Amino acid sequence: MSTITKETDLKVHEDGELVEGNPTFASVTADISRAPEAGTPKLWFVAFGAALSLMGLGLTLIGYLFWEGTGIWGIQNPAGWGWAIINFVWWVGIGHAGTLISAILFLFRQRWRTAINRFAEAMTIFAVICALVFPGIHVGRVWVAYFMFPLPNQMGMWPNFRSPLLWDVFAVGTYFTVSLLFWYVGLIPDLATFRDRAKTKIKKAALAVFSLGWRGGNRQWQHYERAYLILAGLSTPLVLSVHSVVSFDFAVSLIPGWHTTIFPPYFVAGAIFSGFAMVMTLALIARKIYGLEHIITMRHLENMNKIMLLTGMMVGYAYSCEFFVAWYSGNLYEKAIFINRAIGPYAWAYWTMIFCNVVVPQIFWSRKMRRNIPVMFVASILINVGMWFERFVIVITSLSQDFLPSSWDYFSPTFFDVGIYLGTFGIFFTFFLLFLRFLPMVAIAEIKGVLPQADPHYYEHNGHH
Amino acid sequence: MADQEKKVLGILAEFANPAELVKAAKEVRDHGYEKFDCHSPFPIHGMDEAMGLRQSPLGFIVFFMGFLGLLGGIALTYYVAVIAYPLVISGKPFFSFQAFVPVYFELTVLLSAFGAVFGMFHLNKMPQLFHNLFYSDKFAKATDDGFFVSLEGEDPKFDAAKAKKLFESLGASSIELIEGE
Repeated sequence: MSTITKETDLKVHEDGELVEGNPTFASVTADISRAPEAGTPKLWFVAFGAALSLMGLGLTLIGYLFWEGTGIWGIQNPAGWGWAIINFVWWVGIGHAGTLISAILFLFRQRWRTAINRFAEAMTIFAVICALVFPGIHVGRVWVAYFMFPLPNQMGMWPNFRSPLLWDVFAVGTYFTVSLLFWYVGLIPDLATFRDRAKTKIKKAALAVFSLGWRGGNRQWQHYERAYLILAGLSTPLVLSVHSVVSFDFAVSLIPGWHTTIFPPYFVAGAIFSGFAMVMTLALIARKIYGLEHIITMRHLENMNKIMLLTGMMVGYAYSCEFFVAWYSGNLYEKAIFINRAIGPYAWAYWTMIFCNVVVPQIFWSRKMRRNIPVMFVASILINVGMWFERFVIVITSLSQDFLPSSWDYFSPTFFDVGIYLGTFGIFFTFFLLFLRFLPMVAIAEIKGVLPQADPHYYEHNGHH
Repeated sequence: MADQEKKVLGILAEFANPAELVKAAKEVRDHGYEKFDCHSPFPIHGMDEAMGLRQSPLGFIVFFMGFLGLLGGIALTYYVAVIAYPLVISGKPFFSFQAFVPVYFELTVLLSAFGAVFGMFHLNKMPQLFHNLFYSDKFAKATDDGFFVSLEGEDPKFDAAKAKKLFESLGASSIELIEGE
């Protein structure tokens, strides 16, 4: 036991209520270790069963897709891109908030991020896994999916590095790898904590292997902290590049409504917007179930709502800017596609998007609403619905009404589109529930590091013990 | 193994809080010990200076790896686009490097990240699944709420009795000899 008593309130820490209720180092360990150590609650099995069933549905449908081909989807002429790319962009975008929290907020020394960064990073990894499903399966002939990589083969065939789709392979592949490494590095000290608390031999041995023999010595912390800082510095431009490259898939083409220079920043802002909404949804559920209200405090939630308000207005600005440019460019096709978006056959999707992404976040101007849990829960879900529709509007409106009116057609998804999309939710929640069950969902070492008594100078004011 | 001969492998002293640990680290360093370490559940601000550690060389490793990634990217795209599979696309030159910049960037970041993570593992000698300190009963607290100074028996100046006296004078709340085979 450290000798810190409840004198903490003598000195108000500069960051205010980062962690509430004057916890000790030991109580932080205990609070966060409780859920994984307490055994499996019944509710977990129910949720896991549901997630696993959805995943099973998704994988079955993917199996059928492999058998039958992409014709089972709603894609047709002229909309040759459908839900697969919509879902891919949506899932990658969700992942971006995790990296923003773990890397960009770290570089800006936003220490409130410590409460949410662990599961936001976990969310990133699982979301990118779900995203990667789609480019993997959309090729139709999955057995030639390796064409995506520059691998030597007997045909002497190589990919075209001038294609944004190939840039995507490198961008998303790098993103997944770096996010996984970043997450694992962050986990090492906490896995060592779990190792030292483990009661059974098998558990201890497994945790000992995964914590790589961490001893918490300052000679280790020194290099560890440097590695963490460098990874944060690398992830920051990486996350901006990933969604920029994803937007190049559209922007580098010549399709009206896609061929615009605003796409990279607009996509990045939208990605962060939807990612924070997803973090919010998950955080509200996790803190309620696991009683972490004093660690994920109202202040964290309020900050996230402010970021959603900001990024929501950025995408709102991008929507209006697109219309302005369509008019200002004097390009007939560009103009037609935007008028069609607002009043054409997909107007319902367009206005759903505007309502969810531009109107809904405005509620967060009010401090009362920013601190109202049911309101933010509903808003966070609506925002993700809206962000899905944003990608739907971009992909479908531009494609289904192309240059030649005689080939125009109305896109409708099939059962397989919907089923595989739902299946990725199954994949996501299966992994997420396993994570909540077995790993520390909050970064234990980092939370201790932001407690007031973690600072050696704290003791100068409060007297020694 | 109670019947086996046990050796003193080091000494472990616990301190009350981060401030005490920093103070102790300075003293241990000033006494000329080299093979010591300060264990805490989280990194402590100012501990590197207190222990007299030099800056981590990780940045150099990362820079080297990043540079390697960039060169590798240039080599790969040059080989593919010029030598192995030259394609004329809208009359552009084979080595139209501007279009390859995203690939260069991603490969630079990827190899830099490998450098950061595996370089850190290398500098920290990880994975090292066993260490003499794990013989201790108290050491498990170092990942919970314990603040320890460990001094290894391999240190040229190591003398268990002297070290014990030093830790006592520094106000250690407990002192333990690390014994094992």
